[in-house]
Amino acid sequence: MAEQLLDVQDLKVHFATEDGVVRAVDGVSFQLERGKVLGIVGESGSGKSVTAMTLMGLTRDVNSSFEGKVLYKGRDLVQVSDAEMQEFRGNELGMIFQDPMTSLNPVYRIGEQIAEAIRAHERTDKRTARRRSVELLRQVGIPNPESRVDEFPHQFSGGMRQRAMIAMALSCNPSILIADEPTTALDVTIQAQIIELIGRLKDEFDSGVILITHDLGVVADIADEIIVMYAGRVVERGATRDLFYDPQMPYTWGLLGSIPRLDRPRPERLHTIAGSPPSLINAPRGCKFRPRCPHAFEKCLEEPQLENRVETPGHLDRCWLDVDYKREHRGETIAGGAPEAAA
Amino acid sequence: MAAFFVRRTLGAALVCIAVTFIVFVIFIVVPGGDPAQRIAGKNATGQNIINIRHSWGFDRPFYVQYWNMLKKMFTGELVSYTSQQNVLQQIKQGMPATFSLTIGAGVIWLFFGILVGVIAAVTAGRISDRVITVLALIGISLPVFWLGIIARYYLAEGGATTFFPDGEYVPISNSPFQWFWHLVLPWAVLAVLFVGFYGRVLRGNILDTINEDFVRTAKAKGLAPRRILVKHVLRTSLIPIVTLFGLDFAAVLGGGAILTETVFDLHGVGQYAAQSINNFDLPPIMGVTMYGAFFIVSFSVLVDLFYAYLDPRIRPT
Repeated sequence: MAEQLLDVQDLKVHFATEDGVVRAVDGVSFQLERGKVLGIVGESGSGKSVTAMTLMGLTRDVNSSFEGKVLYKGRDLVQVSDAEMQEFRGNELGMIFQDPMTSLNPVYRIGEQIAEAIRAHERTDKRTARRRSVELLRQVGIPNPESRVDEFPHQFSGGMRQRAMIAMALSCNPSILIADEPTTALDVTIQAQIIELIGRLKDEFDSGVILITHDLGVVADIADEIIVMYAGRVVERGATRDLFYDPQMPYTWGLLGSIPRLDRPRPERLHTIAGSPPSLINAPRGCKFRPRCPHAFEKCLEEPQLENRVETPGHLDRCWLDVDYKREHRGETIAGGAPEAAA
Repeated sequence: MAAFFVRRTLGAALVCIAVTFIVFVIFIVVPGGDPAQRIAGKNATGQNIINIRHSWGFDRPFYVQYWNMLKKMFTGELVSYTSQQNVLQQIKQGMPATFSLTIGAGVIWLFFGILVGVIAAVTAGRISDRVITVLALIGISLPVFWLGIIARYYLAEGGATTFFPDGEYVPISNSPFQWFWHLVLPWAVLAVLFVGFYGRVLRGNILDTINEDFVRTAKAKGLAPRRILVKHVLRTSLIPIVTLFGLDFAAVLGGGAILTETVFDLHGVGQYAAQSINNFDLPPIMGVTMYGAFFIVSFSVLVDLFYAYLDPRIRPT
């Protein structure tokens, strides 16, 4: 069995605001092994980005409180001091962000920004750091890295900037690479290249990858395991294959139905999930997806636990519906069509 | 780059000329502007005035008068209507005081403005931020003439405590210490307004920049908080401060600190301008305006060049 890199146990992240406590992440557990890709999928506001930022210690603030554990190399990243966390960041955990246009500092050269990351963790002189920046840019597929290393971010295209971000995140050879919507701001053709690059570099650098996206299509080819998040919780979790071929949560069906597909008859309109994600301050009673779920019934007023309800071990979900009923009815949603009215 | 410089310099020269023309026209249009009557004095006969008007050329068309005045300005022959003193000489005499006032106050207001802005932003929402905010607003609202007079009354000779000398400018060549000691109060009074203003602007800029994505990237790289603040946040936040400082500094250098110079009787260019306006004396007003416009336009060119250095995105490629 592969080495376990990260063990997240019942992580909760709450923010105190003027309107009340926002339960942005409310009991999330998952594990990441070396050489594997974990996909975290959900709508905006489902808590997936907050989960990722919390792993990096970027949500630490006077107004935030944490529960649960994030175990990395025997250390609990929730508990370590700010100074220790600073050592982990960049060095052990690298992160790339959604918008490469704004994630690089416009006033410094690309090479300077990569070298800065290297020199934050290693005692190397500027020339060595620069040489390594050139090498990293070559690895992420930037043509002419020797000259482009001295260019400014505005001289790079969006895809190239995201490549430079990846080079920066990998500069200290971290064990874990967290990619928060790395392709959302890019052209579709570039998206595939970036995903492929992440997959290749994962093997070259022998790291584990957490890939966050709202688009199940993005993680379909690359992820080994997927967790689907809704309202700060994991609502379904399983191997990528199981999740695509035997999805158990009506929410997952909705996500699947919203991907345009060329291998099926084209529906009139893509599926949309009616309504919007619930307030994280006053979450609905019982199943959090109940108000938007076309299949909800009385039992849904009780909170379902994340359990294994199908034959495949390790495929967990939070849904009270009968498995046979679901297998019979999910096709309508996944195939797309007019938005269903919420019950 | 060279083309940019030439274009800006030509533009700057045009602005200076346009400014003098506007001042000249205003002077002609405003009632009571007839210089012949002023030169002739209170008991002049009508013939006196006509003679003066003729010999000074006031009876010629206004564009001829303007042209002659421009010519005199550039040859340094401009002479005051009232005191008959050479304008260029007077401005030159005022420059050491004005430059001393500006450079000293500029250093103070830039340093404390940045300090106050950074402290307020770093401690945003806490007590020190609130105290600084209130003090900055007080500083911005205090009229310079009031603050200057209060400072003189309480801190200068003849006042309640005789700590500082009471105004006037001492050339640095006479006594560097006296030069410094005489300027402390004017520097402080002039800087108060700017410190408050710069502090407020910088605080806002820093708080905006802290939420930028690239600052989050810097954090994710594992940089130390101090390095993030100085290298990534401050560097970006200071760019607008450069513009403000360049233009404010030029304005004060160009005689804009009329109130401070007058309250402390520094005999600088600003005070000369105030006297000339008081006397309705066109040639010095034209001279000082040209002198001030020169500094403002040259500093705005400098600011543009410095901007290109600070922000690679606007560098001409």
